Amino acid sequence: MSGGYSDLTIWVVIILLGIGTFLIRWSFLGALGNRDLPQWFMRMLRYTPVAVLPALVAPLVMWPAATGGQPDPARLSAAAVTVAVGVLTKNIILAILGGAITLFGMLYVLG
Amino acid sequence: MTDRNSAAMAPSPAPQPQPRQAAADAASARALARSPVQAFYHGMIQTLPFLIVIVPFALLFGVVALEAGIDIAQVLGFSVLVLAGASQFTAVQLLSDHAPVWVVILSSLAVNLRMAMYSASLVPWLKGASGKQKAWIAYVLIDQTYALAIQHYERHPRLSLQQRLAYFLGAAVALCVPWVAVSWLGATLGRAIPEGIALDFAIPITFLAMIAPMLRTYAHMAACFVAIVAALALAWLPSGLGMMIAAVLGMATGAWAEIRAERRKEARG
Repeated sequence: MSGGYSDLTIWVVIILLGIGTFLIRWSFLGALGNRDLPQWFMRMLRYTPVAVLPALVAPLVMWPAATGGQPDPARLSAAAVTVAVGVLTKNIILAILGGAITLFGMLYVLG
Repeated sequence: MTDRNSAAMAPSPAPQPQPRQAAADAASARALARSPVQAFYHGMIQTLPFLIVIVPFALLFGVVALEAGIDIAQVLGFSVLVLAGASQFTAVQLLSDHAPVWVVILSSLAVNLRMAMYSASLVPWLKGASGKQKAWIAYVLIDQTYALAIQHYERHPRLSLQQRLAYFLGAAVALCVPWVAVSWLGATLGRAIPEGIALDFAIPITFLAMIAPMLRTYAHMAACFVAIVAALALAWLPSGLGMMIAAVLGMATGAWAEIRAERRKEARG
């Protein structure tokens, strides 16, 4: 099991995440109906993915666990290529492929 | 799940059906003439471009989850019960970082908060649906079903409730069943991947690839930039905490930049 979590803990995460996600999706269709929430709140919702995902990913790119937290040229280049391909093509799969090829290419070249 | 269709990221908060927008063109006439069963199939067919993204994505989820020490039953549990790609990847990443359980749950839920916006924007279109029907729609309300449905409803405002529900469910079946099946496949095939391949970076690359197409407006870029700077500056905080503070700062920045852009627009004309 990953890093000291018991099977039960993982299941608790899955079930709570499942219930919570369902409640978010159901919120307005169900309980909240046509009620208007404050506009600042609705505005912030729009930016959740574009704030949460970069916040999660930035430290992983700068200080990868696989290199003991040392910045790594292969992983930094792979990250840069992924973003560049993603911004240019708007295509997620191409961006992932670009990043993966860069990563494995650099790891191979740098040994 | 993924955000290939950028429309999925910025639904207008409350689009209202516009009965005056007459169904003049042929496509609308066809849409209105469909029986619920035909509408169901129509919804299924229209998901095809999204499937091209969802299938490799699900495969990757299965592989990285297995790599993180999550077993096949749990991979299926994630895909069936959570049914939300970005938050499933978030949970797996934080679990492999040994983050506290509450951080794993809150962070993964935060990724899904945008769906409250989808929920709100569907309300006027699904008026009259039963509680049970709304609960099913809520369960399968993912980025892609939302993007397809809202686009379809706005284009053909005169659809009956039955046609709307059938279209939604068709799209949902065509997207969600492969999501579950292929993540299982990924977890099964993942065992064949040799040790020593740098899979540690699969999730960061996936997230970066998802973020890039979201950077459509100045406000999105500002939110992203502040979140990155804050996450790096707060990385010394206990696992996951810095990330959550950074995310809130990023969200606030996005909202603030949006208000500023609107004011400037108003001032101009």
